[in-house]
Amino acid sequence: MDYPLLLGIFPQVLLDGIILGFMYALIALGYTMVYGVLEFINFAHSEIFIVGAFVGVEILLSLRSAGVLDTLPWPLVLLFVLVAGMAISGALAVTVERIAYRPLRTAPRLIPLISAIGVSFFLQDLIRLVESIWRNAFNLVYPTMDQLNYRFELTETIDVPVKSLVVIAAALAMLWVLHVIVNRTTIGTAIRAVAEDQAAASLMGIDVNRIISLTFLIGGAMGGAAGVLFGVQYGLINPYSGFIPGLKAFTAAVLGGIGNIPGAMLGGLVLGLLEAFAASYLSLLTAGAFGAEYKDIFAFSILILILIFRPKGLLGEVVRGRA
Amino acid sequence: MTHAVLAVGLIGVSAWAVAVFPRSVLVFLLFQGSLLFAYVARIPSWLRVTLLGLALLVLMPTIGFFNGYYLEVATQVGIFVALALGLNIVVGLAGLLDLGYVAFFAVGAYSWAIPGSPQANLIFGGNAFPLSAWWFYAFLFVGLMVAAGAGILLGLPVLRLHGDYLAIVTLGFGEVIRVLANNLDKPINLTNGPKGITPIGRPPVPFGMPYSEAFYFLVLLIVAVVILVNRRLENSHIGRAWEAIREDELAAQAMGVPLVRSKLLAFACGASFAGVMGVVFSAKQIFINPESFTFLESIGVLAMVILGGMGSIPGAVLGATVVTVLNLQVLKGLSLWLNELKNAGVTVLGYNLADLPTQLEPAKYERMIFGVILILMMIFRPQGIFPVRRRARELAKQV
Repeated sequence: MDYPLLLGIFPQVLLDGIILGFMYALIALGYTMVYGVLEFINFAHSEIFIVGAFVGVEILLSLRSAGVLDTLPWPLVLLFVLVAGMAISGALAVTVERIAYRPLRTAPRLIPLISAIGVSFFLQDLIRLVESIWRNAFNLVYPTMDQLNYRFELTETIDVPVKSLVVIAAALAMLWVLHVIVNRTTIGTAIRAVAEDQAAASLMGIDVNRIISLTFLIGGAMGGAAGVLFGVQYGLINPYSGFIPGLKAFTAAVLGGIGNIPGAMLGGLVLGLLEAFAASYLSLLTAGAFGAEYKDIFAFSILILILIFRPKGLLGEVVRGRA
Repeated sequence: MTHAVLAVGLIGVSAWAVAVFPRSVLVFLLFQGSLLFAYVARIPSWLRVTLLGLALLVLMPTIGFFNGYYLEVATQVGIFVALALGLNIVVGLAGLLDLGYVAFFAVGAYSWAIPGSPQANLIFGGNAFPLSAWWFYAFLFVGLMVAAGAGILLGLPVLRLHGDYLAIVTLGFGEVIRVLANNLDKPINLTNGPKGITPIGRPPVPFGMPYSEAFYFLVLLIVAVVILVNRRLENSHIGRAWEAIREDELAAQAMGVPLVRSKLLAFACGASFAGVMGVVFSAKQIFINPESFTFLESIGVLAMVILGGMGSIPGAVLGATVVTVLNLQVLKGLSLWLNELKNAGVTVLGYNLADLPTQLEPAKYERMIFGVILILMMIFRPQGIFPVRRRARELAKQV
């Protein structure tokens, strides 16, 4: 076995894992917040996430064709794209809740889940339809920005592109803002109260419907931000590419303990790291018999194992009595 | 009486119309609609049986003899009817939402595809394979057993999970099976990876019938058996145990329903139908690859069950028919029609259709159809088109 190689790629794999982990954490927040409030898996969240990526690519492509993408300062462009992605994804999440979930709030449990699967499929093809008409293409590539692709070469085997640092910084900032909103503001208190007990919260004068919309707005906005960062980091997107990251982010949310916000962050990081290491080392350790293509199986196996042996996740489920 | 006249008349007229307009989607839909009408019409049951039997056993093969395309559609509908009925046991009767159902279809398909083609030589060495065509009939049972085994294999670890968690894990299971099929071309070449397996052996056919007709009758026979099994199960103690579990697991357990055995049985039964159809599918297609067994297919089958009504046998048949026809005929028809308009350079409201984007292909929007079906049915009619009485009452109470 080639031990120097195994050790040599370690820092690079670690970095990839951290980036992937933050991506999962941002998406997982949408699942976990909605689950905390409604005890319902928002299956369409993966499409709300990828809509953010499409908003981003549309803005960047428009700026490019206007010829100003390289003259504007890149932090400003990135900030604008992030905010736009968050706004549209958040608005979409609220709309979806209003149309497809709210009428079903008192129905048996499987009914809203099936509706959510419907929304997920509908949105995938809706994105495809819109992009096919608008651009006559639905596999889109993020325009490259030179400053973002600059790489700091630390050693011969390790280099860190600026965009990765930006992704990590943006994700950290987002998670911090969310933490403040949920734990330090009146709105956050209201969200936690609704998650705890809807009836009691509404007796205390909290407008439960508004808080649920707000939860979808925040979760959707986080998903949209993750979408933009996903596009910046990995480049190629299509209407269906949100699905697998969404599923993994859900796994991350379960891993951390669904309904638990710090848990989603931890779960995202753990899953991202595990996946990055599985993808890079599986092939080396089995002498090429099994390669990176098994990383999805790896993630799903983790999901199944957690649900069987520790259904409350690493940090414990905040929602009462279900698994 | 009017119903009887109408039913006979409708079937007659539509069959005649199919013969006159051999490639009209609308006419074929009319034919299928008339069968449905014969099923629900208030007519004596001997007339119903005669009409449906005549239509399915005589008219359809005759139509198919002149127009193979319709027979192909009918066969596909049959395959999906069996799948929908299998999923109906798991989702409709036992209330276990299975989002990876197509995995069992895949297991059945590969269980014949590997020994029924030279692929097995790569695994076992020598050149004993493909097995002779007669083995196909034995492998219908092998596929059934293997898929049922896979059902139990999935069932065992997820027994403790409920509702939405179960859904996600079954989804993961479906993806795992697909990824395995996609990648098990090394270290040992089991599935030949994304390139798929071909040529898969076809069964010997009596009386020198064309293959398309033979597969139609085979599928029809299997569907008949599946419907029979479903009806017998529904009112047996097993079926009642399933429904009890669906309504209230705790209460069912308290009443002495063996939870573990009943749930495993539900998974195994549902899976076995898919396994048998998988074997037929692989022989019919000659070629299979993992692309036929995606999550999209699982949701398609789920949409069929939901559209017809969870737990309802005629509902599952109707749902499978409508969704398959939408997919195979209406969407494709729309694509062709749009292309013709484009090529002819027709203008609509001053807009030249030739300027439409080339990426816009209506045939590719099956997800949108499934999605709309699922959302609308859940919001407006969660009990489905043909609801089971018990289910309808339960949902009416809730809303």
